[in-house]
Amino acid sequence: MLEALLGKKLGMTQVFAPDGTVTSVTVLQGGPCVVLQVRTKERDGYRALQLGLDDRREKNATKAAIGHAKKAKTAPKRFIREVAWAGDALPEAGSVLTCEALKDVPKVDVIGISKGRGFTGGMKKWRFKGGGAAHGSKHHRKPGSVGQHTFPNRVFPYKKMAGHHGATRFTVRNLRVVAIQPDVSRILVYGGVPGPAGGYVVIRRAVGHRARGGKAGA
Amino acid sequence: MIPRAIQETEAPFLRKKVPEFRVGDTVDVHVRIEEIKAKGEKKQRIQIFSGDVIARKHGGVRETFTVRRIVQGEGVERIFPLHSPVIDKIDVRKRGKVRRAKLFYLRELTGRAGKLKERRGARTGAETPVAAPEAVPAAPEGSPEGATPPTKGAPKTEKVAT
Repeated sequence: MLEALLGKKLGMTQVFAPDGTVTSVTVLQGGPCVVLQVRTKERDGYRALQLGLDDRREKNATKAAIGHAKKAKTAPKRFIREVAWAGDALPEAGSVLTCEALKDVPKVDVIGISKGRGFTGGMKKWRFKGGGAAHGSKHHRKPGSVGQHTFPNRVFPYKKMAGHHGATRFTVRNLRVVAIQPDVSRILVYGGVPGPAGGYVVIRRAVGHRARGGKAGA
Repeated sequence: MIPRAIQETEAPFLRKKVPEFRVGDTVDVHVRIEEIKAKGEKKQRIQIFSGDVIARKHGGVRETFTVRRIVQGEGVERIFPLHSPVIDKIDVRKRGKVRRAKLFYLRELTGRAGKLKERRGARTGAETPVAAPEAVPAAPEGSPEGATPPTKGAPKTEKVAT
C-alpha cells in the first residue's frame, strides 16, 4: 500500500458545507507520479519506491538523470523523492501512481519547503516581544540581553538571535482530507501547507493512520 | 489572476444566480434555518433579513456582503457570505444612490439622516441575474430614467453648493 505521494501546492480557497459551514482548504495536485526505481528487500534491505513528478526537458536535465529515467521508460523528472511502501506486491518501475492511491486516507501529513524569509530579526524569527514603540524607549525591535558578564564571558551556542529564517523543510501533521478528485489529480486538505503556491510537497498518510505492519518513516 | 485549479475548485460552490446589487441597495435576504423540534424532527423555515447593503468585500467564493437594519431603534448588522448555501435567495427591494463603496458612516447617523437616497428607475425584484441583457428598466411610479431624486432629508454631503 502506498504511504506517500508527490504533489504540488496549487493554492488556497474555501468550501461550503450544506449547512453553510465554511472550511478553508489548500488545493494540492497529487500525482500522477511515475515509479522511477523500486527498492527491494533483497537488493536494498528495505522496501520503498522512488517517485518522480513533473517532466524536466531533456535539454535541461543531466545525462545521469536522463539515463536514470530511461530505465523506467520515462522522461527525467523535476521532483524526485523516495516513499515507503507497506505490503508485499511492489509496483514495477515505470508504473504510474495517482491520487487514487490515497483514496481511503482520512488524514495526511504534508511535507514542504517553507517560504524563505531571508535575514530576519528576532521578533519575527523567534517571536521576541521587542521594546516599547514610543515614550522615547529607543529599544524598538532589539533582542535585549544575550547573556551575563565576566562569567561566562561569552554568548552560549544556539542563543536565539536574528538570522536566516524560512526555506526549510516543514511537516504539517494530521490535515483532514476534504476531497480527492482523481479525474483532475487534486486533493483538498483542511488548513495550510508550507511553501508557496506551485511548491512541491510530499503528501503522506498521517502517521497515526498508517496501515498496520507498515514501516514508519517515509 | 486566480489560478485555474482554484477556480475549478470553487466553481461548484458558486451561487448560480447572483442578483445584481450594489452597496446602498435595500435587500431582503432569505436565510434557511434548520430547527430541531421537540420530537427530534428537523424542520426548515425561511427567515428574511432585510436592510441596506453597506459593504461588499472580497471576491470569488469568499465574497461577503454586510446588511444593516434598524431593529427597535438599535442598529443590527449581519455579514453574509454571498455564496453561502444557507441563503435561499436575495431580493433587491430598492436601489440606493450612494457615493461611497462602504457605507460605514451610517453607523453614526440616526433617523432620517441614515436614510439612503433612492436610485429611481433601476431594476429591482427577485434574483435579478447578473448578466441580464440591457433591458429597458420598468420605471416604477412613472418616473423617467435619470429623474432627479427628491433632495429633502438627504445626507448633508449630497447638498449642492450655490
